[in-house]
Amino acid sequence: MDQKELREQENRCIQEHAPACSATCPVHVDVRGMTLAISKGDFESAYQLYRKSVPFPGIVSRICAQPCQPACLRVDLGGAIEIAALERACVEFARPDEEAVKLFPQKSKKVAVIGAGISGLTVAHDLARKGWQITVYEATDRIGGGLWQTPPDLLPRDVILRDLDLIEKMGVKILLNTVVGRSGGNGHSTFLGRLLDEYDAVYLGIGPLINDIPDLCLDDSGQIAINPLTSQSSMEKVFVGGDVLRVSAQYPLREIPHSAILSISEGRRAALSIDRMLQKVSLTAARFMEGSYTTKLYTNTSAIQAESPLEPTQLLTFYEREVAETEAARCIQCECMECVRVCEYLEEYKGYPKKYIREIYNNLSIVMGTRFSNQFINSCTLCGLCGEVCPTELDMGVVCKESRAIMVEQDRMPASAHSFALDDMAFSNSQKFSLARNAPGTTSSAYAFFPGCQLSASYPHHVGEAYAFLREVFPQEGVGLMLGCCGAPADWAGRKDLLADTQAQFLDQYDALGQPTIILPCSSCYQVFQEHYPNVRILSFWDVYDHYGQQQFPEAAFAGEVAVHDPCSTRYEGHIQDSVRNILHKLGAALQELPLSREKTECCSYGGLVWLANRPLADKIVQRRVQASPVDYVTYCAMCRDFFVRAGKPSLHLIDLIFQPPGSPIGSLKSGPGFSQRHENRWHLKAKFLKELWGESMPEKEEYEQIKLILPSDVQQMVEERLILVEDMQKVIDYALRTGKRMVHAASGHSLAYFKPNTVTYWVEYTPQEDGSFLIHRAYSHRMQIGKEEQT
Amino acid sequence: MSNYFDLSAYEGWVCGDCGVALVPGKVDIAYMGNSFPVELLVCPKCGLVLIPEELALGKMNEVEKALEDK
Repeated sequence: MDQKELREQENRCIQEHAPACSATCPVHVDVRGMTLAISKGDFESAYQLYRKSVPFPGIVSRICAQPCQPACLRVDLGGAIEIAALERACVEFARPDEEAVKLFPQKSKKVAVIGAGISGLTVAHDLARKGWQITVYEATDRIGGGLWQTPPDLLPRDVILRDLDLIEKMGVKILLNTVVGRSGGNGHSTFLGRLLDEYDAVYLGIGPLINDIPDLCLDDSGQIAINPLTSQSSMEKVFVGGDVLRVSAQYPLREIPHSAILSISEGRRAALSIDRMLQKVSLTAARFMEGSYTTKLYTNTSAIQAESPLEPTQLLTFYEREVAETEAARCIQCECMECVRVCEYLEEYKGYPKKYIREIYNNLSIVMGTRFSNQFINSCTLCGLCGEVCPTELDMGVVCKESRAIMVEQDRMPASAHSFALDDMAFSNSQKFSLARNAPGTTSSAYAFFPGCQLSASYPHHVGEAYAFLREVFPQEGVGLMLGCCGAPADWAGRKDLLADTQAQFLDQYDALGQPTIILPCSSCYQVFQEHYPNVRILSFWDVYDHYGQQQFPEAAFAGEVAVHDPCSTRYEGHIQDSVRNILHKLGAALQELPLSREKTECCSYGGLVWLANRPLADKIVQRRVQASPVDYVTYCAMCRDFFVRAGKPSLHLIDLIFQPPGSPIGSLKSGPGFSQRHENRWHLKAKFLKELWGESMPEKEEYEQIKLILPSDVQQMVEERLILVEDMQKVIDYALRTGKRMVHAASGHSLAYFKPNTVTYWVEYTPQEDGSFLIHRAYSHRMQIGKEEQT
Repeated sequence: MSNYFDLSAYEGWVCGDCGVALVPGKVDIAYMGNSFPVELLVCPKCGLVLIPEELALGKMNEVEKALEDK
């Protein structure tokens, strides 16, 4: 994923898009910001937000046609927010006596504004603020144009005078009773041409008149032709806005709709063009989302209760403070946050994908200095739920996984993040577990059972039964056995090199068995096979069992209701989810669906190796999942089940339910095996298969592996939490025995030794026992290296 | 880093090979290209070093994490 792709992903997040009201408003008043401030009683901040978009707040708040209202998402939930009334409240309660306008230093260039209607006055306001010298030409004896035709009860005259007073205060020269045009008849130079002798730019905002401007080209409908992006007319230095744009030379008598807010928007956009032209910069660069547009922001309103305004509101309504606050609080505060709501991880870092991807991008670009997002990138479970609920299908898992690969390439992946799982994978693909055989007495396999590493570690006894079941179901076809790890940890850790090694090893074995269809009980394996072994045919064990397995069970396996948890790797595998539910029904289960299940299911926190990279967050993730329902869970992923039980949730694995002999109770709170035991279980499973099916024995254990350790239960728990395996401790003691290098404590009789088999230094405090075993008191580890010492 | 554990708690430890008591001494510990001198208990004869548990799991772990994010 390069810079461009990251940017594309970032742009898919719509959270920062404007709410519908602001997008629809021609001048993009920050309504959401205003209602938030007002709801807290902060009319001052709300007024400042309003004033930023609207140069004449007294006038506009009284006459605005509120094009925002039909767009408001409250419209069908009690009625649109009364935005203009809230604007009037801001003006009434928070407008300062003297409007503070910050003027830029005066510049030499001059602009003529023809017509002192609201669009022209907006241009004068905006350009005077920028320091340009403005002269307004007005044919009548007062500025304000069409505003004076508004009924006085709606727009009291003092309000007009008060707002427009500002223009003169800003140093704008106003020439009243000054008619321009109507005089360029001699063919040498028309009035616009003559004005341009004196001015650097002209804004034409003469209201609904079109007869006087023979200089400008018209479009097919008889209206003045302008560039819609820049408001530039056919004369380079003449810009046009306001009602003059809406009259037609062909239909001069046609009534035109007037909208003050639209005219202000047109004036503002023309002013921006004029400013850019005078500064000699591009008139068109980075101009988008000007004027009214439809936002891409999605806001889920399904949980919003209908609520009507406290009192009926018209343009003449003025709220009391409290009424305004109540009305403002009705605002939904539109935002997307669909993914953040369903994800502990996205919530944890207090942002949303657009922000996160920007940070990731910065993180990956840093050459020197602190990378703040390393742990962030490693804390995503890669479960894909965000992509499922996102209106634009943005999947942070895709971004995080690819970013991990980039970190690995840049040699910046913290070693501590994933090494434990990668070592575990290496174990599973070593001689200690890896195996690929045709069924006893056969020479080829149409199918092969691949139980995966974790089911084999958690449920070694049932793996044998599952394999026997498959050989019974397909007696003629031949069902081979393949033990190993699919490569999921390498995939999640961004280790493309290790994944490629795993793929190569698997494909060699797969070819040797005659390219069988692989039968997978583990959904993580299923996902990895789909993504990384595209030419390998796969089947879910659960689909096979549903079809060929026991169709009736003598007694119901459950006392009450259970909820089925779909592993996140089955998100888009509806057929597996269906098969599992079918089997559960045959088992007599009264099934409950979790609020988030099937394609919206949540991760147990094992995904993406978050449980190693960010344990506190992983604990929150699993807690969130186990609290989704009070009833016991049943699932079909060994890690989900073990993680739930560790989090205190009674949970069962489907394989236990179908293979457990009748009458023997299944402990729904029985912990899964510890990390060392998982290695041991895999080793023994392979040994058992070799012995029982092929009459072979395992290769001799290494010398250090034969060292017997005694682990009191508190020590057992300590090493489990510290991710220290029995084999790590055996290596330390073996090293101490071989070299004599250890420390002894006379009073206690304890020995202390350390050994660094790879990147981690392990310490073990122990007491040798008379029978040759070693009692372990404690073990710990670190990654920092002691001096320059190398151990062998 | 010597402030992060109590050396006196480790009195009585003797180098198993040399049979002499460990004594305080400066040792370099290094990670990802950064090296720090630390006062630890070492064997005066063979240089065997004792890293206390509270240092390994405390300050050293903290420094490792900080350096990994650099």
